[in-house]
Amino acid sequence: MSAAPIELPRWVDLVLVPMLAVVAAFFVAGLVVLAIGENPLQATALLLRGALGSGEGIGFTLYYATNFIFTGLAVAVAYHAGLFNIGGEGQATLGGLGAALVCLNLEGLPGWLLAPLGILASAAFGAAWALIPAYLQAKRGSHIVITTIMFNMLASALIVYLLVNVMGRAGSMAPETRPFPAASHIPFMHVVLQGLGFPVPASPLNLSFVLALAMAVLMWVVIWRTRLGYAIRTVGANPTAAVYAGIPIARITVIAMLISGALAGLVAVNEIMGVQERLLLEFTAGAGFIGIAVALMGRSHPLGIVLASILFGVLYQGGTELAFERPAITRDMIVTISGLVILFAGALDGIFRRPLAQFFARRKGA
Amino acid sequence: MTGRPPAIALAGIDKRFGEVHANKAVDLVVAAGSIHGIVGENGAGKSTLMSILYGFYEADAGEIRVAGRPVNIRAPREAIAAGIGMVHQHFMLVEPLTVLDNVMLGAEGGALLAGGARRLRAELDRLGRDYGLVIDPDAIVGDLPVGLQQRVEILKALVRGADILILDEPTAVLTPEEADALFRLLKILASEGKTVILITHKLREIMAVTDMVSVMRRGEMVATVPTSGTSPSQLAELMVGRRVLLRVDKAPASPGAVRLAAEGMTVRDGQGTPRVDNVSLSLRGGEIVGIAGIAGNGQSELLEALAGMRPLAAGRILVDGTPLAADELDPHKLRGRGLLHVPEDRLRMGLVPPFEACESAILGFQQEDRYGSGVIMDRAGVVADTAKKMEDYDVRPRAPLLKTAKFSGGNQQKLVLAREIERQPRVLLVGQPTRGVDIGAIEFIHRRLVALRDEGVAVLLVSVELEEIMALSDRIVVMCGGRITGERRPQDTDERDLGLLMAGVDERAEAA
Repeated sequence: MSAAPIELPRWVDLVLVPMLAVVAAFFVAGLVVLAIGENPLQATALLLRGALGSGEGIGFTLYYATNFIFTGLAVAVAYHAGLFNIGGEGQATLGGLGAALVCLNLEGLPGWLLAPLGILASAAFGAAWALIPAYLQAKRGSHIVITTIMFNMLASALIVYLLVNVMGRAGSMAPETRPFPAASHIPFMHVVLQGLGFPVPASPLNLSFVLALAMAVLMWVVIWRTRLGYAIRTVGANPTAAVYAGIPIARITVIAMLISGALAGLVAVNEIMGVQERLLLEFTAGAGFIGIAVALMGRSHPLGIVLASILFGVLYQGGTELAFERPAITRDMIVTISGLVILFAGALDGIFRRPLAQFFARRKGA
Repeated sequence: MTGRPPAIALAGIDKRFGEVHANKAVDLVVAAGSIHGIVGENGAGKSTLMSILYGFYEADAGEIRVAGRPVNIRAPREAIAAGIGMVHQHFMLVEPLTVLDNVMLGAEGGALLAGGARRLRAELDRLGRDYGLVIDPDAIVGDLPVGLQQRVEILKALVRGADILILDEPTAVLTPEEADALFRLLKILASEGKTVILITHKLREIMAVTDMVSVMRRGEMVATVPTSGTSPSQLAELMVGRRVLLRVDKAPASPGAVRLAAEGMTVRDGQGTPRVDNVSLSLRGGEIVGIAGIAGNGQSELLEALAGMRPLAAGRILVDGTPLAADELDPHKLRGRGLLHVPEDRLRMGLVPPFEACESAILGFQQEDRYGSGVIMDRAGVVADTAKKMEDYDVRPRAPLLKTAKFSGGNQQKLVLAREIERQPRVLLVGQPTRGVDIGAIEFIHRRLVALRDEGVAVLLVSVELEEIMALSDRIVVMCGGRITGERRPQDTDERDLGLLMAGVDERAEAA
C-alpha cells in the first residue's frame, strides 16, 4: 500500500523531464549571474551565440560534445549493470597514456595502422584502469564509487610522475611529451569535408566525433539486442533474478566495467590524437565528471546521451565565449551549471516527475 | 452496537488510476464495535479503498464519514487524527529498537523523551490490562516472534487513539496458533467498542471472526452480508463472479524413481547461521511433496539450495541418483538437466520488473539457441515465443512488449509458470505458487501442477498456505527452525497436527 509508482508517458520521461532539469539549472545559475551583477538574459544570449552562432562555434561545440559522448556512454553502460562509475576521468587519463605510448614508440608505421593502434591502446588502457576497481567490486565487494574516485587520484598522480620524470621532453620545463608523429593524427573534420567538397570553417572537431556516434549506435545494439546486454541489464535491474537465471554476476560486473573504461579511454582519441598530438596534464578537462551529468540527463540511453552531450558542448563552448566577453562570468559558471543539472536531473529527479505524474494521471482520468 | 452512528460510512467513493477504474462508486457502512471483513480478488480494489480511507490516496469523488461526521482525509496523519489506525501486511517497525521506542516513534510528545516514555509506559500498562495485550515494553522488537511484532503494530495504533483498526492480510505471516490468538484479541477489542476492518483473501478467517462481510469485485462493492448468513463457497462465487472449485480433484499418485534427493544438507546464511540444518529428503517422479512451515523456517533456503542458488555448507544433492559436484550446483547447469524452478518471490527473483514481459519470459533461458544465434538476440523470435506462452497460459493482457511490472500478480505468476513448465521439467521446484494470485488463477495453477504430476514430473511445493499444501501434496514434510520436524500423508493429518509440527512439537512422536 505504498504510493503509486511514477509512470509517465515516454516522451515526458525522455524529453520533458530532462529539459525541465536544464531549465531549472539555468534558472538557478541565472540567479548566480544576477548576484555578481550581470544580466542573465544577456549572458544566455551570448552563450548561445558563442556556441551556435557560427560554423566555427558549432565545430567547437561538437568537439567538446565528442568527449562527453564517450564518457556519458561509459557511465551509462556501467549504470545498466547497476554500477556507478565515477572513474571516467582517470580512465580517460590512462587512455591518453596508452595513445602516447603507441604513437611515440611505433613511430614510422603508416597512418592507417598507427591511428587504429592508438585508438585500441586508448580503449585498452582505459579498460585496464577500470579493471582493478571492477575486480575489487566483483570479488571483494569494495564499493566501486569509492575505488573509482581513488583511481582518479592515482591516475592524476601517475601521469604527473610520468610526464615530469619519465616521458617529459628533454630540456623542457613543460610536463608534456614530445609531439606525436603526423601519421597518428586523427583528421580534422574541416579537412575531410573540404576534401569532399564541403568547405566549413576550421575547428578542432575531428573524425573522433564520427567514432563517438558509432559507439553510441554500437552501445545501443550491445545493451538492447545482445545476450551480453541482457545479462548486464538483468544484473543491474535485479541481481537476485540474475542469480536465479544463472548469470555470473561477478563476470558481468567486470565485463561492464571494462567496456565502460574503454569508452572513457576513447576521450584520448579526440583530445590527444586528434587535437593536442602530445600527452599533457589534465587534457580530460573534467569530461569524466560531465559524463555523469550527461548519462543522468540522457537516462542512460545512447540517443539521450548524444543529445545531452551536445547540450553540454554548447555550455562549454558558449561558456568560453561568454567568459571572454564578460570576464566577471568565469568558466566556473559552466561547472556550476553542470553541477546543478546533476542535482536536478539526478538527485532531485522526483521534484519534476511527481507533479508531472499527478498531472498526467489526472488528465487521463478526467 | 446500540444507537451509535456507523464507525465508517463511505458513499460513492470513486478512484481512477489512468485507465484503471480502481473503485467504482463504492458504498460501505461499518457498524461501530463490529468486525467487518472485506474480501475480493487481487486488483478488486480493496487495497485502494483502504488506502483512500487511510489517506494514502485521495478519492476522485465520494464522501467519507467517521462516526457520523464528514471528514476530509488527505494524509495518514489526518486519518490517525480521525481515530483510524492501520496495521500493514508488512510491518512498519524499527527492529533494533525496543517496543516502547517503536510505539513512541512519531508520538514522542516533546523534544525530551523521558516524559513521553513515562506516559507511554502507563498507557501500555493500561492497554495490557484492558485488552490482554501484554508485552514487555523493553524487549527489542527484532527479537520478538512475528505474532508479537504484529501486536506492537496494533499497540501503536491504539496508543494513537485509534477507535477503528484496519488490518491488511494480518495472518499471512502467522502460525495457525498465532492467528487464533489474533482473532481472540480482535474479538476483545470489538467487545470493548473498537471497530475492526479485516482485509483478507482467506475465507476461513472471514467465517471465523467477522460479523459482517463485504465482497469487492473489479472495483465494485458487490455484496455486504452478515457472516452468519453466508458460506465460503457463496463468498468465493461472489468474488470471482462464477462458480469456483475450492477443492482440487486428483487421482492417487503413482510415484516412480527418485529424481531429486538431499542428504544431510546444511545451508548457512551470510552470518553463518544455519538456515537449513541437516535436512534429508527425496522426491520421486509423479508425486507432489509439500513443504509446510511458517515463513522464515528454512523453506526458502531449502528451495534455493536445491535450485543451485546457494552453496551447501554440508551434505549433498543427488539428481537421478548421482551426487552433484560443487561446480554442477549452478542454476544454469541444473536447468539444463531438467530441474526447473518457480521461485517464491517472483518480483524479486523470477522476473525483472522493469523489463518488457518478453524479456522476463526468457529469464534463465537467455542463452538458448532458439532465442538467437551468437551474441545477438532474435528479438522477433523472443516476442513470438512469449505471445505463444501468453496464449497457452491465458496471461492478460497478451502484450509481450508491456513492462513486466504492469501485469497483475496472477498474470506475472502465470508468465513464470509458462516459462518453467513449458520446458518439460523432470523436476519442478515451486515456491508459493499462488501467493497474491486471484482465486480464478489459483484454480488454474493448481490444475496445472496436478497435471504435471500425472505426467510423471517430480514436484516439490513450498507454501505457507496450509490449505494449499493439504490440497495438492501426496506427502507433506514440515520444517521448523531449518529442520524437518515431521512427515505426514495428507489423509492422516489435520491443520492442528501440522500447526504443532510447524511450531516444532511432534505430539505423535512424544506420545509414542
